[in-house]
Amino acid sequence: MAVKSVIEAVREAMREEMQRDERVFVLGEDVGWRGGVFLATQGFIEEFGQERVIDMPLAEASIMGIALGASFRGMRPIPEVEFADFLWPAVNQLIGEAARASYGTNGAVNAPVTIRIPYGGGIRGGLFHSQNVEAYFFHTPGLKVVAPCTPYDAKGLLKTAIRDNNPVVFLEHKKTYRLVRGDVPEEEYLLPIGEAEVKRPGRNLTVVSYGLMVHYCLEAAEQLAAEGIADVEVVDLRTLKPLDTDTVLASVKKTGKLLVVHEDNITGGVGSEIAALAADQAFDYLDAPVARVCGPDVPTMPFAQTLEDAYMPSTQKIVEALRNLAAY
Amino acid sequence: MTQLTNQTDGQADGPFGDIAAGTSRPLPQGITPEDLVDYYRRMITIRTIDERIWMMNRQGKVPIAASGQGHEAAQLGVLLAAEKDGNCFHFPYYRDLSLKMGSGLTPTQVMLSFMGKEGDPYSNARQFPLQGADLEHNIIQLSNVVAAGLTQSVGYALACKMQGDGRVTFVYFGDGASSQGETHEAMNFAGVHKLPVVFVCENNGYAISVPQRMQMAIGDVANRAEGYGFPGIIVDGLDLLASYEAAREAIHHARREGPVLLEMKLERLMPHTTDDDDTRYRPKEEIEAVRQRDPVAAFGAFMLEQGYLTEEQQEEIRADARRAVNEATDFADAASPPDASHLHQHVYAP
Repeated sequence: MAVKSVIEAVREAMREEMQRDERVFVLGEDVGWRGGVFLATQGFIEEFGQERVIDMPLAEASIMGIALGASFRGMRPIPEVEFADFLWPAVNQLIGEAARASYGTNGAVNAPVTIRIPYGGGIRGGLFHSQNVEAYFFHTPGLKVVAPCTPYDAKGLLKTAIRDNNPVVFLEHKKTYRLVRGDVPEEEYLLPIGEAEVKRPGRNLTVVSYGLMVHYCLEAAEQLAAEGIADVEVVDLRTLKPLDTDTVLASVKKTGKLLVVHEDNITGGVGSEIAALAADQAFDYLDAPVARVCGPDVPTMPFAQTLEDAYMPSTQKIVEALRNLAAY
Repeated sequence: MTQLTNQTDGQADGPFGDIAAGTSRPLPQGITPEDLVDYYRRMITIRTIDERIWMMNRQGKVPIAASGQGHEAAQLGVLLAAEKDGNCFHFPYYRDLSLKMGSGLTPTQVMLSFMGKEGDPYSNARQFPLQGADLEHNIIQLSNVVAAGLTQSVGYALACKMQGDGRVTFVYFGDGASSQGETHEAMNFAGVHKLPVVFVCENNGYAISVPQRMQMAIGDVANRAEGYGFPGIIVDGLDLLASYEAAREAIHHARREGPVLLEMKLERLMPHTTDDDDTRYRPKEEIEAVRQRDPVAAFGAFMLEQGYLTEEQQEEIRADARRAVNEATDFADAASPPDASHLHQHVYAP
């Protein structure tokens, strides 16, 4: 077992899958000699050559469209978009086309494309390098959406995503890339898409989150435990789509109180669906209204430190919400 | 491939001049009279079904149809070259009935598709008619979004090149789609990597109701190929043999040297779709004049003139087509639509 960062885990997952399967290749802006904007593909062009590590023109629609077309011929492309904020030109190919490849052909065509998207804020990225984009894909049947928060989860889930026969939106929170380190086994392992994980078991309150916010939730849970207020259970969704409703419901039924935390805008976000799920299938177990700590409804986090802090959910904001919920 | 230098100086010679003059036209390399009779038969069946579909729409039995009338010769010419080659794949668009049906669908399959019935070979009636995939005949057309298939086709060609399988990919689009950003992105990338792809622009001069002069400041889409570093050729898309020859050359070039853009100059003989009324934006004289440039009539006249088919034989072929289309219509009319339980199938691949 070695301690690795999230970006190292991502790199290892891709390298192993490319070594294992010749059909796997990466394409994107700067993925070649530059090694990727976050160095996710560092050393790849030396190891796998220019045919399987393709530096693309700066044109996102074609990065996704070309990946999709290659997948129709049996390849397993991993397109990279440098920042989630630059994804929008590719969205027709992702939501309009890839997500409907199987359905629109009555199952004749598959689209085994794993699009890697660095996303999220708290890094002074401003309006166009901070965005959370998951809600758009969470809403779209035909896509799978994965958002890990640890090196272990990132590696195991990315390897599974690459082997999946469907388009997978693989969301990597930029702030976790080097900040979050953890044990990663030397030997091969895979993690199933669609399974949440209880990152911290607890008896009194449930917090459901994903991505960077899971770490803030864990800090908040420890604080409440230290203060003797509540024993908080932290559920890391890991996969947003398909949603692991069983794990969420089991936790809510156990604790009777639910807080959902995400950095994405509050309205129409993943949290809205979790709240609806609890209302629909755990109503009799709830001892308090479902609470949410989410990004506010402004386009995304601004550049100035004050404004970014005001936008971002923080450990302190989560602690306050948990205290309120505990006191209800 | 020296023949494929950029030739973008206006209209190609039409088939009509030759035929009117009564000159004997030598058959292109690799083509036999039997091929031409076979393709005449396909063309007549396709035209018969195209007309029938329009009629069925007016009877309320076909919800929507985009007629391919006027595009038959171009599509069938390309298909003939692709079939002779034997290792091609196609990304068509919604006006490519001739390519799709000509590739081997029966009139019954086509009618099932247009009526939204169980047995539609492209999507089992999830999509608009003949849209989805027919992998048995090497065809994918995923969507209605124009030009979305262009970047996909280039990706497909990239995969073929990576796998070294020698396959050539054809992608088809109208003059309308040539304005899309993805058309530029697709051609640019294909040029950079010299991919084995043939871009077939079926230029009928209208993007639904918008004439070419309002779509672009140039006369020939083919001109753009030079900017991507590959040849752009103007082809008489009303002439099956001219389309065949251009496509045959393009296949050779694509496989050895990289992309080619073929601009098929042709006519749209019908409104955009069954929901459209072209008299609102096309002068009556223009519509009448265009009808005189029917590629099906031209190919029939050519076959007669060259002695490959007599009047009687052509009438027999038309009668066969009517019979086949009648049977297909009756069958599809009586067939069931897919069961409602299909709604949730194939959202995800296994």
